[in-house]
Amino acid sequence: MSNAALALGGATFDGLVKIEELAGQGMITLRGDLTDKTIVKAVKDVFGVTLPGTRETTLASNMGALWMSPDEALLLCPYEEAQQRGNELAAKLSDAHALVVNVSDARAVFQLKGRALREVIAKLAPVDMSPDAFQPGMVRRTRMAQVAAAFWMDDTNTARVVCFRSVAAYVFGILSASADDASAVNYFTR
Amino acid sequence: MLLINCPYCGVAAEETELHAGGEAHLKRFGPDSSDDDFTGYLFHRENPKGVHFERWRHVNGCGKWFHAARCTNTLEVFGTYKAQTTEPPKDILDTIRAKRPGFNWRDIA
Repeated sequence: MSNAALALGGATFDGLVKIEELAGQGMITLRGDLTDKTIVKAVKDVFGVTLPGTRETTLASNMGALWMSPDEALLLCPYEEAQQRGNELAAKLSDAHALVVNVSDARAVFQLKGRALREVIAKLAPVDMSPDAFQPGMVRRTRMAQVAAAFWMDDTNTARVVCFRSVAAYVFGILSASADDASAVNYFTR
Repeated sequence: MLLINCPYCGVAAEETELHAGGEAHLKRFGPDSSDDDFTGYLFHRENPKGVHFERWRHVNGCGKWFHAARCTNTLEVFGTYKAQTTEPPKDILDTIRAKRPGFNWRDIA
């Protein structure tokens, strides 16, 4: 198999937070009734995680599931395994009302690391980023400046941002500007 | 700024995360209808200063269409409800009747 060609070749930026384009994140879109027992079981079998509740994530080491809408989930796995696991899931759901597509190469993923990540995101998205409102275990599908994006927190110091590959350079640009050392607001003190 | 609760994902979505979809609860008149009915369906819209029922889409979010009842004058949102309904639910109408006595929107009062 050929190597993953990253949108920005693994661009990085070091400022209020460390921003890094992740090298190949396996992403599979699942559409279907997320409460359907057949679908829940198939995801558990292939990805080892339970489907999350509304706006939640279930993450287990390098696997995960993110709630995207009442009938859509984004499943995470290592990049090299995405196609195979997608096929496996699609085969298990061949009789169910569901769609499974490998979208790993259609998206770009950025990791934000650092204490100021709440502030960096809050400058770009119309989302309450206070520690009381947004915590690890939650996912938010929204916009960042002018384009659609989704993000979630892996822990209090780490967040991942997903956007369409075609706007990867734009999103990296706005994240970098938002994380510029000279732009600190220090609003979130926790 | 307008904050509307999306009934599907439960977030208080800010206006820029949403897309307005025009008047809610239109009854479609198709090919066999009278000219008057078709004209009304195609062109005639309510434009109230006050209580209004609208369709919105959570476009930068879960992507779902839903309904919202709000006041165009004060931007107060009385409630939101899912798209799979042909008329406003009773609890939202009760809220509006309590807050805006005597309101009138098409044949809803």
